[in-house]
Amino acid sequence: MGRSLFNKVWDLHKVRTLENGQDQLFIGLHLIHEVTSPQAFQMLKERGLDVLHPERTFATVDHIVPTAAQSRPFSDGLAEEMMKALEQNTREYDIEFFNLESGDQGIVHIIGPELGLTQPGITIACGDSHTSTHGAFGAIGFGIGTSQIRDVLASQCMAISRPKVRRIQVDGKLQPGVYAKDIILKIIADLGVKGGLGYAYEYAGSAVHDLSMEGRMTICNMSIEGGARVGYVNPDDTTIEYVRGRRYAPKGEAFDRAVEYWKSIASDADAEYDDVYTLDANTLEPMITWGTNPGQAIGLGEETPAVDSMPPEQREVAAKAYRHMELQEGQSMEGVPIDVAFLGSCTNSRISDLREAASIVKGRRVKPGVRAFVVPGSMRIARQAEEEGLMKTFEDAGFEWRGAGCSMCLGMNPDKLQGREICASSSNRNFIGRQGAPGGRTLLMSPAMVAAAAVNGHVTDVRELKTREPEPVGA
Amino acid sequence: MSRTTDEIIDEITGPGIPIRGNDIDTDAIIPARFMKCVTFEGLGEYAFYDERYDADGNTRPHPFNDERHSQAKVLLVNSNFGCGSSREHAPQALAKWGIEAVVGESFAEIFAGNCTAMGIPAMTMDHDKIEELMHIVESEPATVLSVRVREQIVQADRRVFEGSIPPASRNSLLGGTWDSTALLLSRRDAIRETAERLPYLNDFVRG
Ligand code: SF4
Repeated sequence: MGRSLFNKVWDLHKVRTLENGQDQLFIGLHLIHEVTSPQAFQMLKERGLDVLHPERTFATVDHIVPTAAQSRPFSDGLAEEMMKALEQNTREYDIEFFNLESGDQGIVHIIGPELGLTQPGITIACGDSHTSTHGAFGAIGFGIGTSQIRDVLASQCMAISRPKVRRIQVDGKLQPGVYAKDIILKIIADLGVKGGLGYAYEYAGSAVHDLSMEGRMTICNMSIEGGARVGYVNPDDTTIEYVRGRRYAPKGEAFDRAVEYWKSIASDADAEYDDVYTLDANTLEPMITWGTNPGQAIGLGEETPAVDSMPPEQREVAAKAYRHMELQEGQSMEGVPIDVAFLGSCTNSRISDLREAASIVKGRRVKPGVRAFVVPGSMRIARQAEEEGLMKTFEDAGFEWRGAGCSMCLGMNPDKLQGREICASSSNRNFIGRQGAPGGRTLLMSPAMVAAAAVNGHVTDVRELKTREPEPVGA
Repeated sequence: MSRTTDEIIDEITGPGIPIRGNDIDTDAIIPARFMKCVTFEGLGEYAFYDERYDADGNTRPHPFNDERHSQAKVLLVNSNFGCGSSREHAPQALAKWGIEAVVGESFAEIFAGNCTAMGIPAMTMDHDKIEELMHIVESEPATVLSVRVREQIVQADRRVFEGSIPPASRNSLLGGTWDSTALLLSRRDAIRETAERLPYLNDFVRG
């Protein structure tokens, strides 16, 4: 019997079995940011420990960074303090920091791949649950807490139990207007927000391998929303071509040797899995959440589910979600009015997301009364989008164009929902209060759907806008 | 209370506090705006903040606001508790508030791992038993619960409720190695050997 990529990479990085039964796993790449690292550095200092592999650790600032006025000191004193702590720690321990002056700053899960740090067959840890994103490259990425950040800083290792592996086979072809985001929302809706507990997800099948690296990152990113700490896609030619030539990618003959390695760690054709789940991409339609967790999602053609029809343990959560969202059972999500449109986050703020959204917006206007903004995932994406004219398209349509960061994905910077505002969002979490206002409401959807909602002022089937020419603007 | 790093953790004794509901996420346990800090100190007062206070800062009915539970050490929860973000701020906020053990139907993986790494036992238990325990604690908040790691039980008065703690966490708590840094560092030679065989750390010449 063959082995899965997950088990091959795990075995290669396993230092030893610990007495408690866990494995000590070597971490090839450690990414840190300003929110979850300062306490870990503090713990190191208290114990007089050093960073074992500062050259395998890289830092960026994303969560608290303001996206409008970025001059220092930040107007928010606490944000400034966190920024200073990161500057100080990276200087003291000799860790490379992609700060605002570097031109490389951005959301941690976006810049890793962009700079070629994220490569197939490596283990990655980061104090952020969406570290699963990097699995798109056939890497194994673990979201970790602060105590584990301390462990990785000190020993370049973590203590962890080996999960099982579930293969998620998505065959068929996506229809126009249906995207990677819809695939993953459908998987989470089907398997539930805790369906992946104890599993790593291997995403496979023609619909997954037809995706660009960016689409694969969107899918792997949201693995954790389905309870799976790890998600990955086996590396193929698309992966290899994406990595080629990036700053930290191997060069010349080393690249050729790297490709050999990357191919060798892909899952064997006869690999064994602990579980298999299949999904047909042909019949998939745009997905949207109606509730307050990412599993509470339906296709646009469906009606919101009846609480009584759900398994008993889901009913209370669903009833509470309906109350918070002020939505009814058995209603369509199309036409639900929105106040805010947010294009951003490590799920969907890459260049292809912005291109797709811009193609919907082009020649149209944001509905008056809707606050719409674009927050590119990194400075590089921002520059590219500016060069391609996407920024102009968005601004002409009435979107605000911002600097890179997490922004309204979690509302730790000034970008927040107000009061009971309802937001069409390309991000990954619709938890109550997630976007910065306890009463705020979030509808998760693809970037193209966010663009369509911004234009119409309500939830709209993007497929209609895709096939219809825009009406003349300003007539 | 903060623990020393090599303490053996076998028994947590104290009153319980129930937080009902499935899929309670870490944004609910500690809203992101309170994570603007460079230490974990003081997080306790923000645990479940948006459920404890309304938009104007008025107190809402919530177990964490209930005087009768103010001495609680054992948090009782339902399923998939702690899902969402990896923020250790969530268990840290609970710990700073006074929680020393959590008992629930199930926990999100990163949350449970964070708890163990902090020396907080996270014990799972069947729905019905959790319901009973919650009922006991709600009707008699002063009831002292005893969470026993080795035996994997919770004792309430003279009644015993069987639960389960994954072997790795149990061994770490009982062995005093739940803070894994020293353990991981104890074999630097093995770390070095692993690094030496990883193709990508060796110009892809080995492997
Ligand atoms: S964009 Fe959102 S989900 Fe991604 S790292 Fe930032 S806060 Fe976390």
